[in-house]
Order: sequence, then C-alpha cells, then structure tokens
Amino acid sequence: MSGASLRRLTAAQLRDAFRAGSATSRAVTDELFAAIEHEDGVLGAWLYLRRDEALAEADRADARYATARAAGAAALNELPPLLGVPVALKDLVNLTGTPTTAGSRILEGYISPYDATIASRLKSAGAVILGKTNMDEFAMGSSTEFSAYKKTVNPWGIDRVPGGSSGGSSAAVAAFHAPLSIGTDTGGSIRQPASLTGIVGLKPTYGRVSRYGIVAFASSLDQVGPFARTAYDAALLLHAIGGADAHDATSSRTPLDDALLNLPNGDAAATAIRGKRFALPKEYFVAGMEPGVEGAVRDAVATLEAAGGVVEEVSLPSTEHALATYYIVAPAEASANLARFDGVRYGASKHGGGDLLSGYLETRGRGFGPEVRRRIMLGTYALSAGYYDAYYVKAQKVRTLIARDFDRIWSAGFDAIVAPTSPQVAWKFGVKMSDPVSMYLADACTLPVNMAGLPGVSIPCGLSEQLPVGLQLIGKPWSEAELLRISAGYEALTASAPWREVMPHDLSKLGGGAS
Amino acid sequence: MSELTRAEVERVAALARLGLTSDELGKLQGDLNLILEQWAHLADVDTSSVPPSAQTILQEMPLRDDIAEASLPADAALQNAPARSGDFVRVQAILSEEADG
Repeated sequence: MSGASLRRLTAAQLRDAFRAGSATSRAVTDELFAAIEHEDGVLGAWLYLRRDEALAEADRADARYATARAAGAAALNELPPLLGVPVALKDLVNLTGTPTTAGSRILEGYISPYDATIASRLKSAGAVILGKTNMDEFAMGSSTEFSAYKKTVNPWGIDRVPGGSSGGSSAAVAAFHAPLSIGTDTGGSIRQPASLTGIVGLKPTYGRVSRYGIVAFASSLDQVGPFARTAYDAALLLHAIGGADAHDATSSRTPLDDALLNLPNGDAAATAIRGKRFALPKEYFVAGMEPGVEGAVRDAVATLEAAGGVVEEVSLPSTEHALATYYIVAPAEASANLARFDGVRYGASKHGGGDLLSGYLETRGRGFGPEVRRRIMLGTYALSAGYYDAYYVKAQKVRTLIARDFDRIWSAGFDAIVAPTSPQVAWKFGVKMSDPVSMYLADACTLPVNMAGLPGVSIPCGLSEQLPVGLQLIGKPWSEAELLRISAGYEALTASAPWREVMPHDLSKLGGGAS
Repeated sequence: MSELTRAEVERVAALARLGLTSDELGKLQGDLNLILEQWAHLADVDTSSVPPSAQTILQEMPLRDDIAEASLPADAALQNAPARSGDFVRVQAILSEEADG
C-alpha cells in the first residue's frame, strides 16, 4: 500500500482531486475494496459489500466530472460536493436490495424493499455507497460486541473494542476503509465510537436528519449523523443528509445551515475560536474517569483558552440523574418499537409449530440477543401497570430538568459546552460484557445530550496509553455548523501537535485476511 | 423500590412476548435487579412542579398534505414475508372451529 494512496484522502481532498481530474472515483473505490478485502478479516467492520453497484456509481460520477470539466469551472462548481465520494452505512439504514440486519438474527435474510430518506439523498448527491457496517444489535451497546454477526476490532489496538453501537462505521473510517460513514446516536453511539477510534463523529440536533427508513431504537432520542476524519468532511455529509422530510413528521423544517458547505480551515478556522465562550461542566469529569483522558481533555481546553476562547466552569446538576433517566426512557421506547418483530410480516419466524402465542414467544425469545432482551424486559417493566408513573413519567419529568440545565447555559451566553466524550479509552474485549451497568456507564458523558435533544460532536484531542481520546462539544439546538466551525478551529490549532503524527495500526501488515 | 421476584420477571417476559428458558429468566432477574438499584435515586428527585417532556426540541410535527402517493408495490411489501398467499401475508388461524358462530 503506497503512502500516497487515495484511501487516506479526506472527502474534501477527493472532491478536489475529482474536479481537477487528478484522481477518479473508480480508482478510489477500487482501492478501498482492495483494502477491505485484505484487511476486513482482521477489522471486521463490514457486514455487506456492494462492489458492483458502487463501481457503477463511481463510473457515473467520473463521467459527470469529465462532462463538467469540458464545460468549464462553473459547471464543476455546480456538482454536488459528495459526487463520487465513498460512504459506508450502518446496517440499520434501509437501502433497496441490500440486507438490513440491525446486527440482529431476527432480521437475518431481510432485504430492504425501499430506501431510507438518507440513502436516497446520498444517491442523489452522487455518493458511492460501499456497503453496510457492523453494529451492536438494534444499536444497543457501547462496544459492538452485541452484534449477532461478528466482532469489530479497534484499528488502534486489535484486542480492543471500537466503541458502539456504530463501531463498524467508526472502525471503517479510522482504518481508511471509507472517508465517510453514517451512524446513529441514541445515547452516544456516534460520539463514543468516534472518540475510541480517533475520528470525528457528530450527533445532530433531534429532528435535524430524517429517520425514515432507519430501524428505530428509541424514537424520542435517535438521531442519524456523520463519521469523518475532519470536521469539514462531517459538515459535507451532514449537509447531504439533513433537512426536512415529508416522510418523517419528527424531521424539523428549520432550514439546514449552508455554512456547513463553507467551513473555514487553516488559520481562518483557528482565529474563529477567539472570543468564543465555553462552559466546562464539572459533573462530566465523572468518578472513574481515566487520568490520561482527563489530562488530554484539560489540555484541549487549555488550547482553546490560549487561542482566545473564554472557558468557565459551570454546573449541570441534573447530570447525575441522566443515566437512570436514559435507561428508563430508552428501553421503554425500545420495547414498544421492537414489538413489531413478531415473525409475521418479515424477519426470522418461528410460527407454525404451535399456536399463535407460542409462535410469538419462540420468534422473539430466539431472535433477540441478550442485551436486546434485557432492554425489552426493562422497558416492558417500566411501562407496565403500576410502574408507569413511578418510572416512565418520573423519567420524563427528570428529562425536563436535564433540558433546563442546558437552557441555563445558553441563556448565560455560552457558545458551546466542552467536555470529555468517554471517560475511558478503548477497553479490551470482554471486560464489560458480564456487567451491564459498567457498559451503561460508558455513555455517562454523552447520553444527557440525547435526553435534551442537543447536537454534540466528538473530535480527537490526544492520546492516553497510545489510544485516542475524544473532546466533546455540545451546542444549542441547530448549532451544528458552529460546533463544526469550532472543531475545525481546534484541528487547525493542533495540526502540528505530536499526537497527530501517531496513526492507527496498518492492518495490511497484520496478517491479511485471516480471522 | 422492592426487588423483582422470579414471578414478576416471568410476568414481564410474558407481556413482552419473549419465550425464555429458565436459565435466561434467572440471569435476567439478577441483571434487572442490579439495574433497578440504579434507578432508585430518581424517587428522591423533586419533580412535584415539573412537567414531563416527551422530547424537548420540536415545536411542531407537521403533517404532509393529504394527497395520495404511490405506496410500496405489493410484491416489494411482501418480499420478506415468511409466508404468502397471493397479495396477502399468510398467518396462522386464530379462530378455532369451536369458536365459530
């Protein structure tokens, strides 16, 4: 693999190379599939590849670039920014003609009969869709170990988890198997794996991106968002998928910010930090946080201050109740959403042996894995007669308190909250699998953001034990462009930091396709 | 909040339509009680004057115009059905002969 290989280019660099005619989408796509073929036996990021369709999409993109180049610069500038750029989808995004498993045996063999809105938007943006990535079953988990299909490793340490639930999407981008990928984030499932694999992951504001055609987990919390290796790229992908959708009543009509297409970079980005007000919530430096993580995050905060940012410590007192609140609301909604998997209309089915009820019991009892069963049980209990007020309604009230905490920060004039994304770096396989509460604590710094519906981004901010640490930036509703502008500023300020020189393992040298 | 008994765990599994083995139910009973312990402190939060929020962002959830659009063709909608009969999903009979009339 040559050092100057196309697979390491960002989406923005690919776009520029395609426009200039110095690279083709076919060459990039070919190189990515070759890398996946040689390395995914180790990485385990992919559940489904669509090589033929992707190469056809790449050829169509190359033809459009050739035509536009012949017509002149104006024609080139009118092409969509993701034309010919490869993208991976988490395996809960319906894409016509592809299997969509959501990481579960209960959807084994299911073939999507339609496109999710974000899939059709990526198609019309001319993106090249490489395939589908591994995930925790129904997005429930923080390590991707709850996938019913395979193990995904962290390219920074192959005995370590890539985070979750969108661990296949984060590992694919970190390992240079794709410049961009799609994840979903219900309690941290984009930001936490981004943190653990050293890339950028954005959870947009609730309602920013349509969920039509996305397998639902907890509908008051789920959001779809981008993984990328730069803030600039994440902005391009968000712009391509975001905006109102007539098929999703919970998608907002608030216009998408076109600033996403014109983020500053370099010195211009760095100067954008000056005068910004950052809130540093003391409750996010939780007990059990690894000292190396805290150190890297505090260094990042000092970098923002040195660049003219104003940082003040604040308190978000309801944070301590967020974990319990989340683990009532999310399972309750999941138990309702997952009631549809009954073995009658689609998916794995165990009907026919006995009566109708035994068909349901057998289909669901065997089709769902251990974590999904646990959450369905929790949610069913929290919604059951006699407990609904004590648990579900109570949690909905505490959600109001959590949102008010954040509102006070915005009323005080802060531009963003800075915090750790994950209290830990990537951990070794197995260590949290027997203790659900320790797995749930992995999301302590991300799930309050979902409870309040706010946008949040995780960006790389250093290393601890030679593993990536993420800095989380949380913003007011609809402030994705601002969060990514600050992120781009931080990237510019740290462009020559020594930790940026450290790269994940070169998987092509780690035993090839053997698994 | 009191601990979940085995009988309560079985009742919840039945409500959730999860057919579980005895071992699985036993493990879930332990897990759920561990998790419920983490919920207990919520009871102490004063929410007497706090309204519940189903979500906190969207001001409106607009309906689209009431105009008929093409829907998924029957073949596409049925392609994943475990059993099919013509343009219908084939399901198990739910009425026995004795129940007729």
